[in-house]
Amino acid sequence: MSLLTVAGLTVRDQAGRALVDDVSFAVAAGDRAGLIGESGSGKSLTALAVTGLLPPGLTATGEVRLDGVDMIRAPEKHRTATRGPVAAIVFQEPLTALDPLMTAGRQIAGPLRRLHRLRGAGLRAAVNDALDEVRLTDTDRIANSYPHQLSGGQRQRVAIAMALACRPRLLIADEPTTALDVTVQAEILDLLDRLVETRGTALLFITHDLPVAARVTRDTHVMRNGQIVESGPIADVIAHPSHPYTKTLVESARRFDAALERTARD
Amino acid sequence: MSSTASPPDLSPAPQSDPSPASARAGAGSRRRSLHLVIGLVLVGIIAGGVLISYFWLPFAPDDTSGGRLVPPGGDHLLGTDKLGRDLLTQLLIGGRIALATALGAVAVGGVLGVSFGLLAGFATRWLDDAAAVVLDILIAFPTLLLAMLLVAGAGASLTTAILAIGLAMAAIVARLTRVLVKQVLGRDYITAARIAGVSWPRVVASHVLPNIAPVVLVNLALQAGLAVLAEASLSYLGLGTPPPNASWGRMLYEAQATVLTAPAAALAPGLALVALVIGMNLTADGLRDLADPRRAAR
Repeated sequence: MSLLTVAGLTVRDQAGRALVDDVSFAVAAGDRAGLIGESGSGKSLTALAVTGLLPPGLTATGEVRLDGVDMIRAPEKHRTATRGPVAAIVFQEPLTALDPLMTAGRQIAGPLRRLHRLRGAGLRAAVNDALDEVRLTDTDRIANSYPHQLSGGQRQRVAIAMALACRPRLLIADEPTTALDVTVQAEILDLLDRLVETRGTALLFITHDLPVAARVTRDTHVMRNGQIVESGPIADVIAHPSHPYTKTLVESARRFDAALERTARD
Repeated sequence: MSSTASPPDLSPAPQSDPSPASARAGAGSRRRSLHLVIGLVLVGIIAGGVLISYFWLPFAPDDTSGGRLVPPGGDHLLGTDKLGRDLLTQLLIGGRIALATALGAVAVGGVLGVSFGLLAGFATRWLDDAAAVVLDILIAFPTLLLAMLLVAGAGASLTTAILAIGLAMAAIVARLTRVLVKQVLGRDYITAARIAGVSWPRVVASHVLPNIAPVVLVNLALQAGLAVLAEASLSYLGLGTPPPNASWGRMLYEAQATVLTAPAAALAPGLALVALVIGMNLTADGLRDLADPRRAAR
């Protein structure tokens, strides 16, 4: 059985419009799936619906099973108990993803204390390990810093450390590199890639950027207007896009590459 | 280690080097901490006087042996009022009432306002709209009218005045809290915490309350000053503390007829009011920075 199964997921707003329309996909343990689409295509909503945490006013129908638990219909208490140990999320904008009034160390310590019941020296060591793993040197200073005292890349590393500290089996990454400088983007992607690989964490990677998706995902689902218009291994999708929207995505990525090379030659 | 708000570390970021920008910010925060110091000194002097009044008063409150409208100096440092009572004694007793009002009204307004604001912040759809409308109506309802209704029901007393002012304050605090809670709930760190399996009560205790606290506390400090003024107005109109207790507002009313012949009787409570309210406002201003590490580092 897959770690995450989504079947016929539909999310409607108060007016009854379908923002996510009959979406189905699955992520097996240790697998890496991508949701690609432009903003407003419903990819982020899909990610939130997967954890059973839709913004107020939206309702989900269909079926979402996370580690066997029905994240749409199960009682809230049951869903809360499932989310913590199984799933974690990394957001696009690390400044709002971290509580501005808590030091980085305390934020990373939160889930470790709650889920792994660590205290005192053991907790401090675990926080330091978590910071080491995301390649943040100078761990003491970072742990005692507030989010506004860190750079964007450092903040995103802290957010990743916090998400991965308790070894979730599914990491949801919602455009984790979009708000970062290009050079930092590459570092963060490498980091995610390595951490997910070594721990066998399943990854649900959400992006609008085809090259980024190509780098970290295996299976990919292209979303447009709330629907999945094309699915398959990322290599096939890039080599033989069937849907017109996917073709546009691939073409624009190629044009971008070509322009880069032309400029380099000149 | 508790997960609730602890006083944030206010030392500047270790990596920040002295640049022109941070030098300017430094001057700004120095000015703010000056506000805090002056504010706390003003409030402290009045609070100190009130504390002393519980152990020692220059004269008994109802002692009229000194003669009417004695000018300042001599036995009566500030003179006497038109009934022959010592003004300094009256002023100190009025200080008790002013501080009791500030603390009482902030307690009532803070507890009710934050509780209702939290609930309204979590409300969705029609319940959310209903809460917003109810709060707007409550804020539009004049404090004076509310006080008159309460006085008609329960009689004029300090408790009635505190209740009326506190209830009016609760509506303002609740509206502020509601908006702040909605802002915080929209942040990604709340979603991240929810996905990490943190229950709502814990999210409120460790993320929502600490993040709304700086703004709410500063607002409460401002409201404390307004509450002191409101109590003075109510007492001036006879809706607050009944005689013989000397509220500053009541002292102003009683000194009104003789303000040209014996100005000290009006000036003393007037200046005391101004000092306390300015003190509370400056304290609020200074607290704004202390409470927020983002501003402290800016």
